[in-house]
Amino acid sequence: MISLRERLKKNGVIVADGAMGTMLFQRGLKPGECPERMNLEHSEILEDIALQYLNAGAEIIQTNTFGGSPLKLAMYSLNNKTEEINARAVRAVRKIIGENAYVAASCGPSGKLLEPFGDTSAEVLFESFKRQIRVLIEEGVDLICVETMTDLTEASLAVKAARSISSSIPISATMTFDETPKGFFTIMGVSIGQAAEGLADAGVDIVGSNCGNGIANMVKIAEEFKKHTTLPIIIRSNAGLPLLKDGIAIFPETSEFMAEKSQELLKIGVKIIGGCCGTTPEHIGAINKMVSQYA
Amino acid sequence: MNILQELSDNLEQGNTKKVAELTQQAINANLDIKKILDDGLISGMTKVGIKFKAHEIFLPDVLLAAKAMYAGMDLLKPHMIKKGIPTIGKVVIGTVQGDLHDIGKNLVAIMLKGAGFEVIDLGNDVSPERFISTAEKENADIIGMSALLTTTMPVMKKVIDLAKEMQVYGKKKFIVGGAPLSTEYAKEIGADAYCFDGMSAVEAAKRFVRI
Repeated sequence: MISLRERLKKNGVIVADGAMGTMLFQRGLKPGECPERMNLEHSEILEDIALQYLNAGAEIIQTNTFGGSPLKLAMYSLNNKTEEINARAVRAVRKIIGENAYVAASCGPSGKLLEPFGDTSAEVLFESFKRQIRVLIEEGVDLICVETMTDLTEASLAVKAARSISSSIPISATMTFDETPKGFFTIMGVSIGQAAEGLADAGVDIVGSNCGNGIANMVKIAEEFKKHTTLPIIIRSNAGLPLLKDGIAIFPETSEFMAEKSQELLKIGVKIIGGCCGTTPEHIGAINKMVSQYA
Repeated sequence: MNILQELSDNLEQGNTKKVAELTQQAINANLDIKKILDDGLISGMTKVGIKFKAHEIFLPDVLLAAKAMYAGMDLLKPHMIKKGIPTIGKVVIGTVQGDLHDIGKNLVAIMLKGAGFEVIDLGNDVSPERFISTAEKENADIIGMSALLTTTMPVMKKVIDLAKEMQVYGKKKFIVGGAPLSTEYAKEIGADAYCFDGMSAVEAAKRFVRI
């Protein structure tokens, strides 16, 4: 298998996997439990999820490490297990996919707010990401995915933490935007232009958006990114926004609908297409089928 | 410029130091304490809320304004107590059991405080028992519950069921909010209002204490 860096230079869209949380809940994750606790006790569940996405055609498969930074794990008093939790997540995915796909390490927000509006210093945040990402890189992931970020400073600190450990590892960073009458902004007030520029300055190889929107808005977000960056763009859309049916959340967008609309992402020139909340191997399979028709 | 207007403007800009200074000045000048609160602090925070709702400003601006508001409130509080000025209402707020997301809840708490409510924040992962017993002990008017996960949402119903069992239901108002919620769900579980954001929580809370 060629390196992901080489693969990014070649033609053709790369299909990434879909939701992790949705799959974990289907497999017994209990409300309020730490999703990363699964890594300690249930490698077989992580392996099953990786296998399903691999079979669906995903070329990039994520680890269950979204909340694997020590700051986030501390909320469940699991920060002393940071190394084990992150290492086991990488091993489970690699065991299944071998060299048939790329392992992407998910790194989500710390859950803390930076000073001056929050109580966490930049240094503490940087060190927290560094501790998590060091394990992920040592375990041999192919890509670091900083994701679901709303604060550009936090996202940049995560990217810099990864860069401080490896000068060569590909890094992707995606932020979550809300549609406002004045365009798309994160809740912290970051525009797509600011995200594209700031993340590039921090040293990313791939920029884009994940979560918070269905595919129709993600097409608009991708268009906006295209105006502000020459880096490869990654889009991981939710299967719409959750609707409630008898008290249970339903993600309304079908695999056919998402695959159909994803054609517009191809036209814009998005390089990596995957899914976020509510997407399943079925969605990724449909997107993969659509993408292969254009290959 | 009128000192209260200046106070309000500085609060809006999140200028903590200046807000503390001006509040102290206003107190020293023997201005009416209630007026300092209403026309200085609350007026500034209300403008912040309106601008946030209109997407003219973002979360960091709200958080900074809230910090400034607290600086002013800390100085004003002893005088309010001395003069027996009541807050407009008391709210017990928390993220429900099993849910550790508290940014949304914190924002609602900020907005409620900014509107002049006394807010008792129980944090996250709050059990039904704690919601009800705290509300009883503190003689709160309103119980505010937040959930960000579809899986923890049903805990809200447990809180309301417990309130019914303890015969608290009907005596206190229940407001709920969080990403996966809806007006329908609020109605289904017997909550008094679903609040889409901080400002709508303030509007509902004011309605319930009849202001």
